[in-house]
Amino acid sequence: MSEWWTYTLSDFLLFSARTYYRLIELYNRDVWPAHAIALAGGLGVLGILRRRPAWGSRAIAATLAASWLFVAWAFHFDRYAAINWAASFFAVAFLIESLLLVWLGVVAGQLAFSACGTLASRAACGLFVLALLGYPLIAPLAGRPWTQSEVFGVAADPTVMATVGLLPLAPARSHWLLLPIPLLWCAVSGATLWALQSPEWMVLPGAAAVALLLVRRAKVR
Amino acid sequence: MWHSARIDRRRFLRSVSALTSMLWLGPAWSQPSAARVLTRAVPSSGEALPVVGLGTWITFNVGDDPVLREESAQVMQAFFDAGGRLIDSSPMYGSSQYVVGHGLRQLRATDRVFSADKVWVTPGSRGPTQIEASRRAWSVQRFDLLQVHNLLAWQEHLPTLFAMKAAGRLRYVGITTSEGRRHREVESIMASEPIDFVQVTYNLVDREVEQRILPLARERRIGVIVNRPFQQGALLHALARHRLPAWAAEVECQSWAQFVLKFIISHPAVTCAIPATSSVAHVRENLAAATGRLPDEAMRGRMASYVGTL
Repeated sequence: MSEWWTYTLSDFLLFSARTYYRLIELYNRDVWPAHAIALAGGLGVLGILRRRPAWGSRAIAATLAASWLFVAWAFHFDRYAAINWAASFFAVAFLIESLLLVWLGVVAGQLAFSACGTLASRAACGLFVLALLGYPLIAPLAGRPWTQSEVFGVAADPTVMATVGLLPLAPARSHWLLLPIPLLWCAVSGATLWALQSPEWMVLPGAAAVALLLVRRAKVR
Repeated sequence: MWHSARIDRRRFLRSVSALTSMLWLGPAWSQPSAARVLTRAVPSSGEALPVVGLGTWITFNVGDDPVLREESAQVMQAFFDAGGRLIDSSPMYGSSQYVVGHGLRQLRATDRVFSADKVWVTPGSRGPTQIEASRRAWSVQRFDLLQVHNLLAWQEHLPTLFAMKAAGRLRYVGITTSEGRRHREVESIMASEPIDFVQVTYNLVDREVEQRILPLARERRIGVIVNRPFQQGALLHALARHRLPAWAAEVECQSWAQFVLKFIISHPAVTCAIPATSSVAHVRENLAAATGRLPDEAMRGRMASYVGTL
């Protein structure tokens, strides 16, 4: 791309905010009741973090992996790609993250998520709770209908936010493998929503910054 | 009695329907008459082309959404009704080509449109495949104009497009750029290749093309299509804070959009401006700018000076 310095984020914007949020609304309508299943899965993760059964970490990794896989296929590849040709690449990235979660967390059992005990780990758990229960409220708070709410396990942004919340609770050696794609998505989504002039544009970059801080301090575990 | 009562009821319902439409569309611009829309000759052929067309970047990329597709078709209907012909799209614009094709099929307007599309792929060997996919998306027999989008792999694409034109599978060949990028390369191609059109950004604020590209286009008999006339809405947004000067009425401008468009299309080198919109009211407003008086050189200077002071 020549004269790359002359491009701004809005030069890469392909669709309007109305088109984007109507896409989410139609997607929500089409995949219902996946939201209820995903929400139950998210609440199950909270229960596991509290009770910490022996199989808990594998179940958390499996829940996250299923969420990333569903978003890759049902959202990015099947819907978002209709208005954004880059969404096919997003689908591949989400699929890779799903496979990494399965490999490290389910097959190898190397993702032992710690409990929400210390201050730092409580902050990480707080990010997850915000993604699970707070993110769907953004649409009505921003003046959009409930039908355009984004839900963990179904929509990309709350799924990624939930993941960057949980990963600081995982062993440090897994971070370099599992964090890059979620962090990259936080940047992509933040830039897209900023270009769309959506008020929630800073939510994911903010979550990414908090997660990086928690990982860097390494006091979570 | 029954018969006349039915007619009366029909008339009444028709009146209510018309009134509802007027209210629904808000402060609708009066429908510009197709017969009154100004045209300009394509320099290489003499074919008359309405001076305002329709862009599709962002506005027509609505995917499979049936409501938004219907709205896009209504915009196209209003565009054709007002005398518009040139619609411009690109494989880079997401689903826009498919939405244009949907509208053309629904309106049975494939013979009314001046289809302007682009090739945007590298390496150039993939150009013919992309062009055929674009043609199918539009549902047209052949494109009127194909342009090399943002000069991407233009050395490879132009021979393909010239060969298509020679074989009668394409009527015009062009190149595009935007936001003032790569103007030296654009000039070089204009000077050396037998292209029919060049597409550039031009408006009351972005006027660099007046220096070399527009004069060169006149000299080489190349048509000029103007993209981003409203700077993706930013220019109109900025102008909306100010009152339209009273003297704008001298060239029959009733809005800032018409003020900007009339400035652009009154440049003698410009063939057509292609504002993008998803609003029926706005497409009528834009086409209305292609009617009535156009500013002369003195008025153009006054318009530019005035906007420069805001």
